[in-house]
Amino acid sequence: MSTATQEHQARPAGTLTERRPLGDRGFQALALAAGILVLVILVLIAVSTSQQASSWFSTEGTKIFSSNWNPAANQFGVLAFIYGTAITAVIAIVLAVPVSVGVALLLTEVVPHRWARPIVYVIDLLAVVPSVVWGLWGILVFAPWFQQISTSIASGVTGVPVLGNLFGPPASGASFFTAGLILAFMITPIVTSLSREVIATVPRIDREGAYALGATRLEMIRGVVLPHSQGGIVGAVLLGLGRAMGETIAAALVIGSSATITSHLFAPGYNMPAVIANEFGEATGVFRSALMGIGVLLFVFTIVINVVARAVVGRSARRGRGT
Amino acid sequence: MAPVTDERQRSGLREPPSWRRAKSRIATALMVFSFVLVMIPLGFVLVTVIAKGASAISWSFLTSPIPPSVLPANTGGIGPAVLGTLEITGLATVLAVPLGILGAVYLHEYGGNRPLARLIGFMADVMTGVPSIVMGLFIFSIWVLHFGFSGLAGAFALGCLMLPIVIRSTDEMLKLVPDSLRDGSYALGATKARVTATVVLPAALGGIVSGALLAVARAAGETAPLLFTILTVTTANPDVFSGPNTSLPSQIFVNASSPYVGAQGRGWGAALTLIAIAFIFMIAARIVTARFARYAR
Repeated sequence: MSTATQEHQARPAGTLTERRPLGDRGFQALALAAGILVLVILVLIAVSTSQQASSWFSTEGTKIFSSNWNPAANQFGVLAFIYGTAITAVIAIVLAVPVSVGVALLLTEVVPHRWARPIVYVIDLLAVVPSVVWGLWGILVFAPWFQQISTSIASGVTGVPVLGNLFGPPASGASFFTAGLILAFMITPIVTSLSREVIATVPRIDREGAYALGATRLEMIRGVVLPHSQGGIVGAVLLGLGRAMGETIAAALVIGSSATITSHLFAPGYNMPAVIANEFGEATGVFRSALMGIGVLLFVFTIVINVVARAVVGRSARRGRGT
Repeated sequence: MAPVTDERQRSGLREPPSWRRAKSRIATALMVFSFVLVMIPLGFVLVTVIAKGASAISWSFLTSPIPPSVLPANTGGIGPAVLGTLEITGLATVLAVPLGILGAVYLHEYGGNRPLARLIGFMADVMTGVPSIVMGLFIFSIWVLHFGFSGLAGAFALGCLMLPIVIRSTDEMLKLVPDSLRDGSYALGATKARVTATVVLPAALGGIVSGALLAVARAAGETAPLLFTILTVTTANPDVFSGPNTSLPSQIFVNASSPYVGAQGRGWGAALTLIAIAFIFMIAARIVTARFARYAR
């Protein structure tokens, strides 16, 4: 009897190795499908939007990269929007990165651990404020106030060689600079938290070694923390750049909606996401196709930046663990 | 790295110690100053939204129909937008959270270090960087062109935004589940599916829920994916599966570009409501995380 029981019990164990139950394999297939869904969505985004944009690509040819944008005259060159996207994203990065790295260093190197937590909560609050609320505040409160400041700055620097070209008139409340500034507020939380993660991987023993040699805090940061976390901070900056390029609604409200290429940062401009958001509703035919094409270009730009950024972050994280 | 250290040591040693300490203090002061710089816009936005929104908000504001823009601020409300946001964000959550958890289960429990799993993990990271407006264009071209505007299309777009966030946060949580738990259940003869569903996922539940709540908070505030998927009408549409709909963020967008003071006032009220919703989800996530951390200890 005992052998019979053993045989009876041995069977399920045997089936486990030979063939897993249907439910188990089904679950695995389901999980695999959910994982592959990510790839499918990314491919579908590229294919479906490019398809919609094809009539723009085919009717305009190389003229798509010209600076002539006049939908009424069937001219759909996107250079002004690419320029606006680059300018606003660069303004946002220039303003946000020093502050973000400063806050990240404050959190990791200066304040005691129990103070760091509330500060992180406050920074996270910035991320909770939705894009459209930034836009609402930007256009109704900030822009009218900023108009006075930018006007006085503009009249002050008129005629000065470089500054006059950058900050001279025309000065408007809704401008490249306003959009860049509001984008800077919006990307600060992500750049801060990513830099903080990287800086936290600096080995404690290196820090204490520098202090033991008599280094001040600043010397320790410059000699140990920054060389160690350089790569990761570059990755964080790139991710912030990707965010700033794709942020739509705040930019759509405060950028001024004028397809111009100018070095004057206080002049109204336009960028890629903003023109899609503002014009797509009424667009038909080639116009709609052109806006779809701007979306494709934006998708390609942000994907490239994100792939590079993730690669940089991943590499520096691996190196951080290795040393 | 060697030349950097050399140069730093040379310059550092030549300077008198008091100046070195002073420079370090200045640097610390700059770090504190950068935090203050971050606080200024945040403070301004929150104070403005609360000051201008609080006077607008009341129960009837949250439930009344949206009046024409020209009417003054104390008439009507944003009821249809509140309803639309709840419908669309809710549906997006139902679509994206289970799929995201399953995707993370594949990444961590089945995929391991396989090339496909590494590719999917990398692409999920990249997908978090896809601009939300592109998600809107994507759903417009594969869904809206064929089936028309609907809350469902908006939910698809928001779901596409939430999916990678849920995958990433769940994946991080699954990494924290100790292997001894898995091994113990395998030793009892459980199948992998059973181990995952009854041991691993419950052990990581707190973190998964908190990640999902943060994803919902982010999605609830998104406007760009909804612009071309729900069309933003002013009438309430309780049927999320068909017909144009509206939502709080898209209503704020319309009101922000409106020249009428009344519409702008309703915009501030809607903004306060939206921030409050996002805030509630964020605090809920923090509470769940705190509970979970205590339970895990």
